[in-house]
Parts: sequence; C-alpha cells; structure tokens
Amino acid sequence: MEAVVAENIIKTYQGKTAVNEVSFQVKEGEIFGLIGPDGAGKTSIFRILTTLLLPDGGKAQVCGWDVVEDYEPIRNSVGYMPGKFSLYQDLTVEENLHFFATVFKTTIQENYHLVRDIYVQLEPFKNRRAGKLSGGMKQKLALCCALIHKPKVLFLDEPTTGVDPVSRKEFWEMLKKLKEQGITIVVSTPYMDEAALCDRIALIHSGSILSIDTPERLVDTYGNALYQAKSSNMYLLLKSLKEMENINSYAFGEYAHISVHNENGIGVDEVTKRLREKGLDDIRIEKAEVTIEDCFIKMLGE
Amino acid sequence: MDEIVIQTEGLTKIFGDFTAVDAITFEVRKGEIFGFLGANGAGKTTAMRMLCGLSIPTSGKATIAGFDIYKETESIKKNIGYMSQKFSLYEDLTVLENIRFFGGIYGLSNAEITNKSEALIQQLGLTTVADTLVVDLPLGWKQKLSFSIAIMHQPKIVFLDEPTGGVDPLTRRQFWELIYEAAHQGITVFVTTHYMDEAEYCDRLSIMVDGKIKSLDTPHDLKKQYEADSMDEVFYKIARMAQRT
Repeated sequence: MEAVVAENIIKTYQGKTAVNEVSFQVKEGEIFGLIGPDGAGKTSIFRILTTLLLPDGGKAQVCGWDVVEDYEPIRNSVGYMPGKFSLYQDLTVEENLHFFATVFKTTIQENYHLVRDIYVQLEPFKNRRAGKLSGGMKQKLALCCALIHKPKVLFLDEPTTGVDPVSRKEFWEMLKKLKEQGITIVVSTPYMDEAALCDRIALIHSGSILSIDTPERLVDTYGNALYQAKSSNMYLLLKSLKEMENINSYAFGEYAHISVHNENGIGVDEVTKRLREKGLDDIRIEKAEVTIEDCFIKMLGE
Repeated sequence: MDEIVIQTEGLTKIFGDFTAVDAITFEVRKGEIFGFLGANGAGKTTAMRMLCGLSIPTSGKATIAGFDIYKETESIKKNIGYMSQKFSLYEDLTVLENIRFFGGIYGLSNAEITNKSEALIQQLGLTTVADTLVVDLPLGWKQKLSFSIAIMHQPKIVFLDEPTGGVDPLTRRQFWELIYEAAHQGITVFVTTHYMDEAEYCDRLSIMVDGKIKSLDTPHDLKKQYEADSMDEVFYKIARMAQRT
C-alpha cells in the first residue's frame, strides 16, 4: 500500500501559485525526499498532507485517508516536525515530551523504544527548558515529540537547515534507524548531498516537480558528458569558461564542472585549447562523477 | 606583503562562566576570501559580533580595517558591510527604496545614491522589478540584492553570515560569482557557511571548535594535513573533537 498519495495538488496564495499540480506517491517504509530551495513549495505540501492547510485543487491521501474528509485519523497517524521550532519553549525537555504523549493519549513508557536512542542524548538536560537548548538539541527533542505517539508516517520539514555537517550526519543516521522500525519518512531539504540518502526523491522548484526517481537512476540519466577542471587561478578559469558557448560551467567545490551536450557541445580538447590561449597553463581536465546537484543545476537550466 | 585588514590577538568573550570565544588569534589580508567555519555553538557568531564592533570583548586585542575594536567601533561600522540570512532587507520597501535607504544609512550623498542605485539595478538585472516590494522577490534575488547593498559603500571588509542558506544550487553559485568579483576588487570577504563545497571557494579557512580556532589554512593544505579527500571529511574530523554541547 502507498503511505502517501498526492494527485495534482494545487495551492495558491493571493493569486500566486505556490504548489502547481504536484503528484507523487510514497511507499510504505520508504524515505522519500522533497529536494528543493526555499520558496519551492515544500512547506505548503507538508501542511496539506498533515491536514493543516486545505489544497485549492487536487487530492491527497495519507495512510489511505483523504486529507480533507478524514483529517482526524490522519492527525493520529502522522508525526510532523515543522521547519520552525514549535515546541513549548518554557516547558522543560521532559515536560514537552510528556505533553505530546498525553495529547495523543499515550505515555512516554509505551513508545519509549522508538525515541530511546535519541532521548538518551537529551537525558542529561531533561530539566532544562526547551528554549534554552542548543540548535542540535532542539532538533532532537522535536523529533522525539513527533515520534512519541508511534506515527505511521513521519513528516520532517527541513530538519537540518542551518545545522552543521556533523549534526546533519548524525540526524540522518537516526532517520535510517527509524526506517528500520517500519516508519515511513517524508523529508524535505535544501541540501543536495542529503538527497543521496533517500530511497526516492522528488526535485522541486517554483511549485513544480522537475523529476521523481531514485538518486542512482537520476544520476544515471544525466545525459550530458561531465568534466571537472582545476587550475591555480580558479577565478580566471571560471570566468573564461563562462564566456564559452555551447557548454555549461559552474564552480563545484575545488573544481569547475563543465557540462557538455553529447551532440551539440564542443569537445573537451577544444575547451582545453581555448583555456590555454587565455593563459591558463596548468589546467587539468578530467571526467567527473555526476551528483544530484549537477542534475538539479541541469534541470534548472532547461 | 599584502595589507592586513583583520588582526586579532587572544580575543576572548566570556558570558558568566561560559567562555564563548577562547583566545583566538588570526590575521586576514586585503582581498582575501576568508571562510570562518565551525559547528553550531562553536562560537562563530559571538566572534563575528566582536569583529563587527557590536560586542565588546572580555579580553584580547583586535583591529578591523585599522581601527581598534574597543575604542573605535563607530569607525569600524563605517568601514565594513554586513549581511546575514536572517537580517538583510526591509521586505515592505521596494528594491529601489531599500537601496536608497541603506545608501543613506551608510552616509552616501544623494548624488552618489542616485548613481549607485541605477548602476546596481542594471548590474543585477533588476530593472523590471525596481519598484517591486522586496517581499515579492524570489529568495535568490533578495540574497544577491542584499549582498550588493552590503558593499555599495565600498567597505574594506564584508561580513557574510551563512549568506546562502536555503538557496537553490544555481543561485548559490551566482552568489559566489558576486563574492569572487568583490574580492577581485579588493574587498575582503569574511564568510560563514555550512556548505562544505563553498568552503573550497575560500582562499583560507579557519575551523572553530569549543570557542578556539582549531585549524587555519588553505583548503588544499587542510585536506593534506587531515589526510582527507574533501572539506566535508576535514570538517567532520575536526568538529568531532568538540567537548561541549
């Protein structure tokens, strides 16, 4: 069975389309990623699926229930962690968790196994007010509170935005463990490297889905030939590449990536020759491994 | 030897019994892109606030653009630009109004403001939206406009606090092209980021752990020193040394 089905959902705010006929399905037990920048429509989609916002068009079901007709059973079956920290700042860590358990007519003890791995890290601070926690700790507490009623589907809206790379890695380890417990996870992120950690992803931009696939297949179907170039003068290298027609180039970490259309693009030998003419003697160009970020950049350009 | 525009020695900030910034010493040269990295809570923001003249240090010395961090904070503010993801522009003013407003704040004359506004709007390709409220602009445009405004008074240094958070990969790169351009013109860029590919674009990087600068070098030499293939790996190795939570 599908845990989430969205069919052509539309949301407009004062005449502006935030979500434009978005359709996707999430299988039970899957980690599904909505990957896109701020303003892509991710939050609106999350709020519609968690029954907090009515769509202006289209249909959606979560756990087989309709998001408009059956909002009550959905609310009991999903956990939602909004992008903005939404716990009670003046309740302690323990009080927050207890509160959310009570609201859902359960107890911390009953579902402790679900949150144990995360909660032990919070235990030393259990009497601290939530508002006084560090960013990483707040995020862990929010995840515990979203899990304490044993949801079937967990919705996480940008849980790692503004979080440093080490804490991000830890967070994704936690998600993997939750998946092993059978929880379906729908997660959004602006970080392309996190996309590779999902089972399937939807790339989303300006309210529309650009592509839905597994990270591996998405990379395999990139289409263009991709090269990476390096020089001691990266400023001149990037600038010179930008001036060339029929190729697409952009900075990529320590390299410049050069995307060449398989038929119309100029050859890599020609690129090298032209760069040498610009005075870039030490240039090195080699085949590059395609990443999700390259795919996203290519789609944005199309 | 290039001119030094940021110089600190044992710079420290203590809140109660918590040492947020613990005796940091470093120099940044003119025109350099200097990456200021660290995990959440490592002390980056506190350090940056001191460097901008917004927070008086507990101890230690520092000069910013040649001005003393204790006594000449007003002169520091005139010689730096600042932009963060959180605070940048007034959303209920138009693009043009924002430019004029900040031009005035930075003490430019009316004639300068008029010239700069036109140049800026053209350069950023914002001609069609000059009279649009900033709230209606896509995030990427806001960020680029915000950066251009932060350097419209030709500061010696521009401080950027996570300027590209949440922006799409294409816009993120266009934003870095502006940074490169500014550095090329001699403006020193002091930037924090959580994107490790952006760390690679910096000339030199410092990585803070528990209030101290744990490492400071070029991306290339940091990778060599920590036997890592990527900055992501370097950061992971260094930030894991953290003791405090």
